[in-house]
Parts: sequence; structure tokens; C-alpha cells
Amino acid sequence: MSFFNYAWDWVTQSAHWHGPGSIPQQIVAHLGYAGLPLLIAAIIAIPAGVAVGHTGRGSVFVVNLANSWRAIPTLGLLVLLAVYLGFSFLTWLLPLVVLAIPPILVNAYEGVAGVDPGVRDAAKGAGMTAWQQVTRVEVPIALPLILVGLRTAAIFVVATATIAAYIGLGGLGRFIFDGLASYQYGPVAGGALLVVGLAVLVLGLFALLGRVLVPAGLRKQRRSE
Amino acid sequence: MMWSWIPSNGSLIWQLTRENIYIGVVPALYGLAISLPLGIVAARWRWFYPPVLTLVNVIYAIPALALFIALIPTLGLTNTNVIVALTLFSLCVILPNVVAGLRGVPDPVRQAATAMGYGPLRRLVMVELPLAVPVIMGGLRVGVVSSISLASVGQLIGVSSLGYLFTDGEQRSFPTEIYVGLVLIIALALACDLILVGVRRALTPWAVRA
Repeated sequence: MSFFNYAWDWVTQSAHWHGPGSIPQQIVAHLGYAGLPLLIAAIIAIPAGVAVGHTGRGSVFVVNLANSWRAIPTLGLLVLLAVYLGFSFLTWLLPLVVLAIPPILVNAYEGVAGVDPGVRDAAKGAGMTAWQQVTRVEVPIALPLILVGLRTAAIFVVATATIAAYIGLGGLGRFIFDGLASYQYGPVAGGALLVVGLAVLVLGLFALLGRVLVPAGLRKQRRSE
Repeated sequence: MMWSWIPSNGSLIWQLTRENIYIGVVPALYGLAISLPLGIVAARWRWFYPPVLTLVNVIYAIPALALFIALIPTLGLTNTNVIVALTLFSLCVILPNVVAGLRGVPDPVRQAATAMGYGPLRRLVMVELPLAVPVIMGGLRVGVVSSISLASVGQLIGVSSLGYLFTDGEQRSFPTEIYVGLVLIIALALACDLILVGVRRALTPWAVRA
């Protein structure tokens, strides 16, 4: 039997859809574990990235972060905090926030720093204040890249929330690690399939967000390129 | 921090480091080897690229652990499993850069090469690929760094790497072991990154240096 047979057989058993620890409950838990850190990271990293892109201060730091954040092993960070803090709120929240910040920060920076200097000057020449330049010109132009950063972070957080079940968290990773511990491939495959589904859903959501949020003028320009 | 743990477990740490280098570096090189021909085809025949790019984005969204699990029925709990999965991820970051690098070659340069009598193949090898090196290297760097770091997740399905220090350290509540793993993985990844920066400089001696 292939992975999909195992996964499908397990996912479609109605018993797994009811009661405590059922599939719908773990999906909701997983979304919570992924969504909260993403939100916190966005609140910190978007303004920071926009500020660095606008002023140019600290750009060396952000540019160096662009590649090196991928070197951090998420599993290591999670178990380290689990050993120190035991099973607390911060144990999973802190590493997920830390890991979601770099892609959002780097892309927000690149988006704003990459705005055509001519456009910048035009905004200034039209009498816009610095705040207006940032919020009405630079951020809308940078929006496609800001969304790429959020998407990268979201996918990363969904994946890491799966691993977080290793230190005792709920979410879809629960099925995977309980299955591994009891040598049952069914729940392992089923959990993995659901995680993949969730990740693809996130991808689709961001494709949709891009259509809705990016200003119409920018979309047209992109198509003609 | 219990410093004495490190020398007394030197041979274990060394073995895990070697395993981690192997299952981290090899996938990035495979990824490059597959990306080059695919990227060349995608840069030339434009209709081929959009569907490939969509597929690449979807594959890259798959969490590493889920992909390892999906490969278990075919490849078992082996090194090969993790290497195949990480090769796929590397492919996803390297291929777009190969295409972007080749498409970024200015048209006048291409025309000049043609005018000097270069055929399509010679022009590709002697002019276009060398000019694309910095962009391709950018992708390769991301591929290597993330493979080395993701290799540790393979430990969760029992494939040995520096990730062993994480799972073992967690079970024994022993932070020293976890610190050693964290520092070694980050150091390995950054060392490979530096080596690739050096390779890029050697391959593009004409580039302006900041």
C-alpha cells in the first residue's frame, strides 16, 4: 500500500472525526498554534521592515538575516525551551514567533527599499509628508513582497507547529508522533496528509489575498511586464 | 552548561556531524544537478515554466516531516528518504534562480555572442550560464543552509544526524547536548554558505566587489 492509501483509509474513518482529540479539534488547535505566532511576528516585523527600508538604517543587519535565518534548526530551539521552561505557553510561542520574524522582516524591507527612487521623489514633490509617503506610496508598492514574506512565514509556522507536537503540543503533529510511538503508520500518514492539505490551503489563501489586496494599478503593470 | 560532556563524547559528536554534513550537502548538489537542465529548458520554452513554478511552490509548502513520512512506504526509514526529500526542497529554491539568472542575461550580450559566431549551445555554456552564476549561487546557498538545518528533523523518523543531540538531550533534560547541536548545525550551515560565497567569487572574477 502506498502513502495515500494509508493516509486516506485513516482520514476517512468516521471515528477519527468525533470526540476529544479528533481531526477537527486538532485542525483548530493547529491553526491556533500557527496563527497566533504569525500575527505577533507580523505586528513586530512589518513595521520594522518598512522602517528599515524607508530609512536605510540597519539594512546590513536585515540583508545578512535574509539567508542565515534558515540555518536555525527549529527542532533544537523547541527542545531547548522545553527543557528549560517545561510545558508552558512560551515554550511553543517563543520559537515560532522568532522563526516567523525573519522572512516577514526581510521581504518588507526589500519591498520598501526597492521602490523606484523616481516614485519616491514624485511623492515628496507632490507635498506628501514622510508618513504619507510610507503609507500611501511605499507600502502599497511593497505589498506583493510583504505578502510573499507573510506566506513564507505562514508555511514555516504550519510546518514547525507540526514538529512542536514532539514536545507534547496538540495539533496535527499529535497524530504523527502518537502513531510513530505506537508503530502505526495509519495515523502518521493521515496526520502528514492533513498537514500538507493545511499548507496547500495557506498557499491558496495567500494567492487569493494577493488578488484582493494588491492595488489594481500594480497588478496591471505586472501583467504587461 | 557542562563543558566536560563535550570532550568525553567527542567521537559521537564527530560522527553525527559527518552524517549531518552528508545528508545536508548532498541534496543541495543533487538539487543543483536537476535544476540546471530543467531551468535551461524553462528559460527557453516559456510555456513550460508557469506550471513548473506552481508545482515548485506547492512542493516547497509541504512540511519536511510530512514529506519524510510520505516517502516511508517507498524508501523506508533510511538516509535515502531524507536525501530525496531535501533534494526536492533544494530543487524548489534553486530552479527559480536558474531561470531568473538565465532570463536576466541582457539581450545585447546575447546578440553580441551570436554575432561573434557562438552557436546556441556554446553561447549557453560560455556566456549565459557564467553570467547567471551569482543568481544561481544565491539559490544554492539557500538550498544548502536549509538542508543542513532540516536534516535534523530527519531524526524524528530515526535518520541519524546532529538532530540526535536534540531528541536525546530532550529525553535526558540535558541542555548542554542541545546547545552543542544548535551551535554545530548553525556553524555548519554558515560555513557552507561562506564556502559558496568563495566559489561564486572564484567563478565570477569580473564581478565588482563591494
